[in-house]
Amino acid sequence: MTTLTSTTNRSTPAPASSSPSDAGAGYLVTTTQTARRTLLQFVRTPQLLVMPPVMAGLFLLIFRYIFGGAIDTGGSVSYVDFLVPGFLAQTALWNGMNIPAGVAEDATSGVYDRLRSLPLPRSAVMAGRAFADTALNVWGLAVTALLGFAVGFRTHADIAAVVAGFALMLAIIYAFSWLFISLGLSSGNAQAAQALSTLIVVPLAFVSGAFVPIESMPGWMQAFAANQPMTVMINAVRSLTLGGTDAAGIGHTTSYWVLLTLAWCAGILAVFGTITVARFSRTQ
Amino acid sequence: MTPVVEARGLTKRFGDVEALTGLDLVAEPGQVTALLGPNGAGKTTFISAVATLLRPDSGDLRVAGVDALAEPRRVRRLIGLAGQSASVEPAMTARENLEFVGRLFGLDRRSAKAAAGAVLETLDLTDAADRLVRTYSGGMRRRLDLGASLVGRPKLLLLDEPTTGLDPRSRMELWGSIRDLVADGTDVLLTTQYLEEADQLARHIVIVDHGHVIAAGTPDQLKTMAGRDVLAVRARAAGDLPAVEEILRSVAAEAPTVDLDTSTATAGADSGADQLATVVRLLAERQIAVEDIGLRRPSLDEVFLTLTGRPSDSVDAV
Repeated sequence: MTTLTSTTNRSTPAPASSSPSDAGAGYLVTTTQTARRTLLQFVRTPQLLVMPPVMAGLFLLIFRYIFGGAIDTGGSVSYVDFLVPGFLAQTALWNGMNIPAGVAEDATSGVYDRLRSLPLPRSAVMAGRAFADTALNVWGLAVTALLGFAVGFRTHADIAAVVAGFALMLAIIYAFSWLFISLGLSSGNAQAAQALSTLIVVPLAFVSGAFVPIESMPGWMQAFAANQPMTVMINAVRSLTLGGTDAAGIGHTTSYWVLLTLAWCAGILAVFGTITVARFSRTQ
Repeated sequence: MTPVVEARGLTKRFGDVEALTGLDLVAEPGQVTALLGPNGAGKTTFISAVATLLRPDSGDLRVAGVDALAEPRRVRRLIGLAGQSASVEPAMTARENLEFVGRLFGLDRRSAKAAAGAVLETLDLTDAADRLVRTYSGGMRRRLDLGASLVGRPKLLLLDEPTTGLDPRSRMELWGSIRDLVADGTDVLLTTQYLEEADQLARHIVIVDHGHVIAAGTPDQLKTMAGRDVLAVRARAAGDLPAVEEILRSVAAEAPTVDLDTSTATAGADSGADQLATVVRLLAERQIAVEDIGLRRPSLDEVFLTLTGRPSDSVDAV
């Protein structure tokens, strides 16, 4: 039998009949195991896997073919080229909207109590969750992007800029996943979590430059719409994929929007990552 | 021997609610210790403190000698927790669930696999091991949840109301599994609001009310604490009951109660066995035929009533 005070070499495989490794689980193992658990949940629950891209697809088609005809982009780009980059950027919100309910469910069902009773780094559990949520949202983004191309969207920039645009969306998705996880941990139950996340997603997604030019909104609303993070992110993705800020019909330069977006992502990550890890690791 | 759990003066307050009010408890190794008490008595709070999920406001808590407040991570290597709800993942198979917990206990892949296989066998779940847990019945989920707390081969198993909400058959099966574990040398601390469960499983029962311990001991000791044994005589012919009642009245310490439906007269007895012998002799002298005669200990229900002043099933408002 191993003693509990000594430090044994963790790479030595312990026979199943003996005590587990003295060190408990490491950071990497905890992250991959908890990420895998959440990913299996997604993959084996078809509505979790299929519904987000289907909903996003429906919205995209509605704006492309129903509202789009009545919306004047006021500039050089066609509505489909105006719509799709912004739409793709804001899918981080819609695809992330279900995260709080899932997290709240794990919290209330006793899963997190069990995990907290195990000898593991608690922050790694949340890192695993964020990884799995990001993976699911990247899948949603990929499907929506293909649909965007299918309904007529074309990039107007060199390939490097387009790749940078998608990389930026990955960062946006990752940062928002921590925001949504912290909402889930703060909500008492899945329903409350769902309601709270809807309350946050709807204004961020719609009162933005994603669907219509901000100039078409009333003045007081423009102040919010122009400065909220989603619009900044949309502007960055638009100027990267459409070939510059002029083509995207916005001011400043592409690098201005990209840097501002990265700053927002870092800020969201810092604030909500800290809240999430602190909340989950806290012993009441 | 080092007690497996040793708590001294634990207090914990949640806002206005005092969940623990100076709880003292010592659980010796090699046995099941049952925490018995009504809802809101502080049982779950105590288990959570032992599981290092919450920190007592004051007091001293040691798990197998390790200070749970100072070194919670070391305690986590010693315990396995099965909470009130089955916290297994429905979208994973039983085997995947167990391997998942095994890996998080710090087992490498191969050891986790072996440990999961062994637990599945112990709990008789091998046939259903590769089915998604969402297809499991409630009883099977609870059994798997118990298994998940075992893959790390904990020294101390913490079970918070392990059979609440189960049908009688599943409850019996789970009791069987818990007994097997104890036979294998795992110490168990469980909470329950069922007296029968405590009586069936535990060698050591701790009765908790309003956040502290009001009585502790073996089931027999607790029953003795509640007072005298009970003499019960069931007459064969209902017509003999008045005569039986008269005999009991002359022998027993208190006025007998008569239940006409079962033709049974009962009365408390101070020196049980002697008085039983006297009753048997008197019945024989008067040639009264009896269906059943005996001396029984008070039930734990009666113990609970005596100690708390209210029946065991009364739900506390807290």
